[in-house]
Amino acid sequence: MRHTFRQAFSSGKFVTGFVILMGLLLLVILYPLIFRAPPLQIIAQGTFFPPGIYVSAYDSINAPTTYTLNLDGAAAKRVAAKLKDEDRVAMKEWLVVAGVPEDQIDISDAQKLLTLWAENYDPAKQVKGMTLARQRYFQRVNNAIQGLLSTEGAIIAVRQPESGALQEAGAVKQTDYVNISEVPNVRILPLGTDNFGRDVFAQLVRAIGVSLLIGIVAGLIATGIGLVLGLLAGYVGGAVDDVINFITNIFLVIPSLVLLILISFSVGQESRGAFTVAVVIGVTSWVWTTRAVRAQVISLRNRDHVNLSKLSGHSLFRIIRGDILPYIMSYVFMALILQISAAILAEANLSILGLGPRTTDVPTLGLMMQWAMIYQAHILGKWWAYFPVLISITLITFSMNLMITGLDQVFNPQLRN
Amino acid sequence: MSMNEPLRPSAPPPQVGPPPQVGREKQTCLSGTGVTKLFGFGRTKTLAVDHVDFNFHEGEVISIVGESGSGKTTLAKMLLGLISVTEGDIYFQGQKRDISSSRKKQEYWKNIQAIFQDPFSSYNIFSKIDDVLLDCIRMRGGQRLPKEEKVKLMTEACSFVNLKFAELTNKYPFELSGGQMQRLMIARIFLLKPKILIADEPTSMIDACSRATILDYLMKLRDEVGMTLIFITHDIGLAYYVSDTVFIMEKGKFVESGSADAVILTPQQPYTKRLLNDVPKIYEEWDLSTV
Repeated sequence: MRHTFRQAFSSGKFVTGFVILMGLLLLVILYPLIFRAPPLQIIAQGTFFPPGIYVSAYDSINAPTTYTLNLDGAAAKRVAAKLKDEDRVAMKEWLVVAGVPEDQIDISDAQKLLTLWAENYDPAKQVKGMTLARQRYFQRVNNAIQGLLSTEGAIIAVRQPESGALQEAGAVKQTDYVNISEVPNVRILPLGTDNFGRDVFAQLVRAIGVSLLIGIVAGLIATGIGLVLGLLAGYVGGAVDDVINFITNIFLVIPSLVLLILISFSVGQESRGAFTVAVVIGVTSWVWTTRAVRAQVISLRNRDHVNLSKLSGHSLFRIIRGDILPYIMSYVFMALILQISAAILAEANLSILGLGPRTTDVPTLGLMMQWAMIYQAHILGKWWAYFPVLISITLITFSMNLMITGLDQVFNPQLRN
Repeated sequence: MSMNEPLRPSAPPPQVGPPPQVGREKQTCLSGTGVTKLFGFGRTKTLAVDHVDFNFHEGEVISIVGESGSGKTTLAKMLLGLISVTEGDIYFQGQKRDISSSRKKQEYWKNIQAIFQDPFSSYNIFSKIDDVLLDCIRMRGGQRLPKEEKVKLMTEACSFVNLKFAELTNKYPFELSGGQMQRLMIARIFLLKPKILIADEPTSMIDACSRATILDYLMKLRDEVGMTLIFITHDIGLAYYVSDTVFIMEKGKFVESGSADAVILTPQQPYTKRLLNDVPKIYEEWDLSTV
């Protein structure tokens, strides 16, 4: 057994796949220990907040100490961030009319654009052919820019409880900074929030865990059924083989997705938890394992070591356990990994169709995809709601397939070099 | 045979000369009438063994000789009860053989054992040599013996074929050479002491040097245990060397049978003559016309 493990770990592909999978597993196990917030808690008012670090504005203003930093270009950055693209295009339009050569105007450089604007803009100037509404628009743009360029700070006011009048409580200068570690409320949302206002990353970590569990449960069920039926059909043969083969062939002709959809539908929304879905996937996907195991066992059952075991008076169970099973174990293990990755994909398939686990308890990778799709994250360009999920599904199946390829090269004598 | 009988402590020197049963009343131990094996159905139907009748006497060395694909091994597996008989009956010690249940099969296999052609595939690569030998002790009802007693039995069996158990214990069969594995197989039979041993080309996968040793041990074992030896081989020279009775098998049928001297020195059938011709001779030009 130890030799087998050492052999498996000598394959680079197997190790790569194993490391990726273990990395995901570690994330799934460790993340909830560090960040204890429930993954499905609705924290955001609104949908699809972009990824980033969220700092409480109130706490920033009330930070214990404010630091004054005189940084070059701080004002320009502030202006650049506030000057909208459409305003810049409008400014360029006016400047061209005012006679500035077009190649001198660079709208990506906010500082230069503002300088040009200050030099050339004249609110009283009548441009031929320009409507009054358009002229008013430019006047508004100009006023906004004047506001942007002001160097005064902002005044913080509190409302007097009795009179309702505002009273100055403090001021924030443009050069005031707070240290983020002194702000008590900072929330990192590495992948923003989803349509319900839940932390996508926390949800994703939980979903990977649940999906892996679904995969393992479904894979174990499928491999278990497939192994037992395959061993019986292959070793016992005769009528048992015929019956099992007949059932297997029937299951084989019906596309398993159709079967999966029908069973999931008939189970009903209320009783469809993650575990039920895993069982449903498991009992519909054992067919290939049965066939493969049967074929392997048939090639084994007439070997001399099996005959010798029979002659030594071993029982049927003992022969299957001792003389057949060890020989096909590496194969069965590969089939198991394949079943797990197929089950994870099957769950995603079902969930996208709305037949996955019911939506209130736990997230799964498929459910996250479904939510993102229903709320049109892909149309709205909210990539963080669906793209990381896709990457996770890909990583899981990729790592597992890589492990199988590696194992195949170790155990399959035809591929061994 | 049960464990109440004392196991023979050590092997007496191998007997030289005529087999002990000569001059005694020959008792039939295994016989068959119209034994047939059919594989497949329809167009893929293959008649592997075609209505053969035979009568094997106790204590004899019987050879079944034929070229590859003549049905020797299929017949051997039917005799062993590893595959079913399509048609015909096999009688064991005068009574119709009954192996309908696994218990009866196990009982039958206490009496009839086999050595297979390929020692490399005869062992389960996952079980140790000790397990192979302990199975034999268990089969003879010795599973409750104290450990030292078991080790003593295994050591004795190994030393019979010139192997050292102390060196083999906790090793896996694939760590041995082909000749050693086949000797271990003989040690296994030594522990089991069956009434009939079917040796299916036991030397064909072994190099020429070890071949004679294996044959010697087999003969020694037969004298020691007093069992009937059914030798399956394609080598008619070897058959002449070891056997009392020879059956020549061609395409699933026995075409010629009789005492080794009668069949080999005065062959009647062209097939037998051809087999004899095919034996390579050192000082003669080889006749390749029949190949």
